[in-house]
Amino acid sequence: MSRYTSATDADVREMLATIGVASIEELFEVIPEGLRLGRALDLPPGQAEQAVYAELRDLAARNVSAEDEISFLGAGMYDHYVPAIVDAITQRSEFLTPYTPYQPEVSQGGLQVMFEFQTAISELTGLPVANASLYEGPSSVASAAYLALGVAKGRRKLVASRGLHPHSRATLETYARGFGAEVVEVGLAGGVTDAGAVVGALDDEVAAVFVQNPNFLGAVEDLEALASAAHEAGALCVASVDAPTLGVLRPPGECGVDVAVGEGQPLGNRLDFGGPSFGFFAATEEHLRRMPGRIAGETTDADGRRGFVLALQTREQHIRRERATHNICTSQALNALAGTIYLAWLGRRGIVELGELLVRRTAYARERLAGVEGVELLHDAPVAREFAVRLDAPVREVVDRVSEEGIAAGYPLARDYPEYEDGLLVAITERRSREDIDRLADALARAIAAASAPGDELFSDSENKASRTAEATR
Amino acid sequence: MTTRPTPSPPTNADTPTAQQREAATTIFERSVEGRRAGTVPPAGVPEPPLAELIPAELLRAEGPALPEVSEPEIVRHYNRLSRRNFDLDTGPYPLGSCTMKHNPRLNEKVAALPGHARLHPAQDPKRAQGALELMWRLERALSEICGLPHVSLQPSAGSHGELAGLLLTRAYHADRGDERTKVLTPDTAHGTNPATVTMAGYEVVKVATDERGGVDVDDLRSKTDESVACLMLTNPNTLGLFDPNVAEITSTVRAAGGTLYYDGANLQAIMGYSRPGDMGFDIVHVNLHKSFSQPHGGGGPGAGPIAVSERIAPFLPRPRIVRAEGSNGARPRFELDHDQPKSIGRLRGFQGNFGVFVRSYAYIASLGGDGLRDASETAVLNSNYLLARMRSGRAGERLPLAFDRRPLHEFVLSGAPAKRELGVRTLDIAKRLLDYGFHPPTIYFPLLVDEALMVEPTETETRESLDDLAAAFDEILAEAERDPQILRDAPYTTPVRRLDEAAASRRPVIRQPLDR
Ligand SMILES: Cc1ncc(COP(=O)(O)O)c(C=O)c1O
Repeated sequence: MSRYTSATDADVREMLATIGVASIEELFEVIPEGLRLGRALDLPPGQAEQAVYAELRDLAARNVSAEDEISFLGAGMYDHYVPAIVDAITQRSEFLTPYTPYQPEVSQGGLQVMFEFQTAISELTGLPVANASLYEGPSSVASAAYLALGVAKGRRKLVASRGLHPHSRATLETYARGFGAEVVEVGLAGGVTDAGAVVGALDDEVAAVFVQNPNFLGAVEDLEALASAAHEAGALCVASVDAPTLGVLRPPGECGVDVAVGEGQPLGNRLDFGGPSFGFFAATEEHLRRMPGRIAGETTDADGRRGFVLALQTREQHIRRERATHNICTSQALNALAGTIYLAWLGRRGIVELGELLVRRTAYARERLAGVEGVELLHDAPVAREFAVRLDAPVREVVDRVSEEGIAAGYPLARDYPEYEDGLLVAITERRSREDIDRLADALARAIAAASAPGDELFSDSENKASRTAEATR
Repeated sequence: MTTRPTPSPPTNADTPTAQQREAATTIFERSVEGRRAGTVPPAGVPEPPLAELIPAELLRAEGPALPEVSEPEIVRHYNRLSRRNFDLDTGPYPLGSCTMKHNPRLNEKVAALPGHARLHPAQDPKRAQGALELMWRLERALSEICGLPHVSLQPSAGSHGELAGLLLTRAYHADRGDERTKVLTPDTAHGTNPATVTMAGYEVVKVATDERGGVDVDDLRSKTDESVACLMLTNPNTLGLFDPNVAEITSTVRAAGGTLYYDGANLQAIMGYSRPGDMGFDIVHVNLHKSFSQPHGGGGPGAGPIAVSERIAPFLPRPRIVRAEGSNGARPRFELDHDQPKSIGRLRGFQGNFGVFVRSYAYIASLGGDGLRDASETAVLNSNYLLARMRSGRAGERLPLAFDRRPLHEFVLSGAPAKRELGVRTLDIAKRLLDYGFHPPTIYFPLLVDEALMVEPTETETRESLDDLAAAFDEILAEAERDPQILRDAPYTTPVRRLDEAAASRRPVIRQPLDR
């Protein structure tokens, strides 16, 4: 008997007798001799709960989290406050421990949550149909490509703005090889997608144009112009959108966008070093039967009561198999529940107030940082919750120095945008106060001054390079 | 066969339960103008009109119609909804292929530590050493369990791991200048397998199942040639049967140049007993939300890490975690390596479902190698015991094994005799089980079994609950013998009764209509 099992020696004896075998090993004789491991797994021995807790606590303590520092990191995931009721409700056994609602009569809670979630996402995006979640943001972008290629039979090109999250572009590239499609990138001009370049890239081979709003550099895009350019060439427009700013930014559905997707983490989900969170997926009515993933629908029971079921299952892998609209099965239901609770908590006025706060504090922060010696705006397009600056000193070094003051200054752009070697992306949430912003500005000023001073090699870039070239041991 | 000590559930719905009387009301329908729960702090900075900061034409005229409800209402609403779910913590959930094992609360507790929960995914690796080390250690553990040297934790679920596997296959062949077009999948395969084949740009070639429930090796041979990119296999398969010919199967496909993909959804049966790598597989996905105790969350989240052989490793998703020995007795250092020139690239954002990794790491640390083996042993013991108990009752005749061989962690029954002899379908039996307080097994899968019932009790069920489940099946079959209509109209006690699924797809209502 080990942890989480109950069979005592006496149980085992009697159970084996009922089965009619002499030993547990006998049950495993269906595995050919040569394929049996014949030794113990080479893993550390099991530990008591106290010891496991201590080990994990020690590992956690070696991370610097947003609990420990003032974090201006964003780049797709944001340190918004997660209300206490989200944890309380999502930790309830009845939500935490069932699986996909294959038996709707005993899954009305989960199914109704999906229905509410779909409604909330539909409201946010201004698009009439939404599914009950995908894995996360970037893979939702790639999933929209699968839909677009199915719609535009024969078209095999996907045009992606360089303002689309680098992880979304990379994921799109990866999936596209399976789809037999080619990804064509169009650049930015003045911080936003170069509309002229989009038009130039469009031809009758293009299935869809992919943009992000606000884009990766924080700039608010003119979705309507981009969508109508796509439509003119007979392509769809797919927009990856930031949910918290949808309280104030024009929703994709109003701009003619055909499919809106996005990362759900900012809606009541933890940072969790990148997951689990959820992806959302909304579209115009005509694409309903090509949507990926689970969709809950309203119906009635044998006595005429209102109820909910998984609708349109003939799109899905368990029914349609190789002709399914997607391969997804297990998704992110619990994270979508957190998102649903969060949106109810924020409510109709809160979502607008949050959006307004983000826009105003971001404007303040941008202006404040632009006033720091050695900091320059990377672009001057309008921004909503994040903005990019250029530093007149090595970015990694500045970030390391600022981190010594207990502040994560932002996300260095160099790896994803070599053209912005000196770029830093700074994100704002409602948890970053004016005082926090002022502290960042002051710390940046000190760090840039120190980094620009000759002879100080304390945080030289060579150390980072050395650790970057570290090798796998196996 | 003993009968259950508890009284049988009602056989009609004449007296609606309290829950049945409660009409379903959505959070949007509870909305009252002016109510609210959360507050947004004052901006504390200058507050010009928004249109001075962002051009008016890019702003929203009217905010989204989210509900207006107070915090107590939200709590009560979702609490009520939660009670309209059946869950694993309430009773047995023998849902085949899903491995509904106990979800230890320790794992929730360590996942919620702020050092994990509030760690930003773009944190500099220097300041995320604990997280990277945890991921590296989990990779090593999965490598040992699967018998394959390299691991990527990036895929977000089983089907995502499958897609990774076929994109890896594509990259592997392309690197050799080899164009291949087909992927072999047995007819017992889970739906995600063929769906993934299409998404990865391949053509599905179905392989038949032989009379013993394994891959029909002759059929496999006749379909294996130079156009085959990969074989996807689940072993034990979805019938719960270990394929005795697996070594021959993998070597046949390998000889023709294909890669070997192992769908690890059933790893639960063989942990510490047998390893996919040793069976000849190149790529394995592991469902952390099955074998490794991550709660199922009503349909996720999960994670589907992949373990691969040397020949596949150069193509693994980016970034990879690398470990460098510390000098002079210092700790080893962990980094994310984004270079990997032959990599298939990214499958998603950031580093994967880290919160899931924490839980599964805690599970593995709790059990150790011996505990994992014990989990598999007990799962197989429980499954065979439940089968033996059921066979000694009415199920022996009415719900026989689809293939009469010794199963491992799950078994598949056919309800064909019950349908023929009693006029009740597998669906009816499943619905009646709900009244008895059990979640039914997986039904109508695998597809090749007529009226299939796929039963997986897992190691965390007690012997008593297995006895109860066997007794409930027996009693339900007795009811069917007496009056099959009892089953056909079931369930009677659930929050709603049988639902019209066809209507929900014919005229889909998939969101709340709102009057603004
Ligand atoms: C045999 C089998 N393969 C693959 C999958 C897909 O895994 P996931 O749901 O995690 O995508 C499942 C489970 O759902 C399964 O049972």
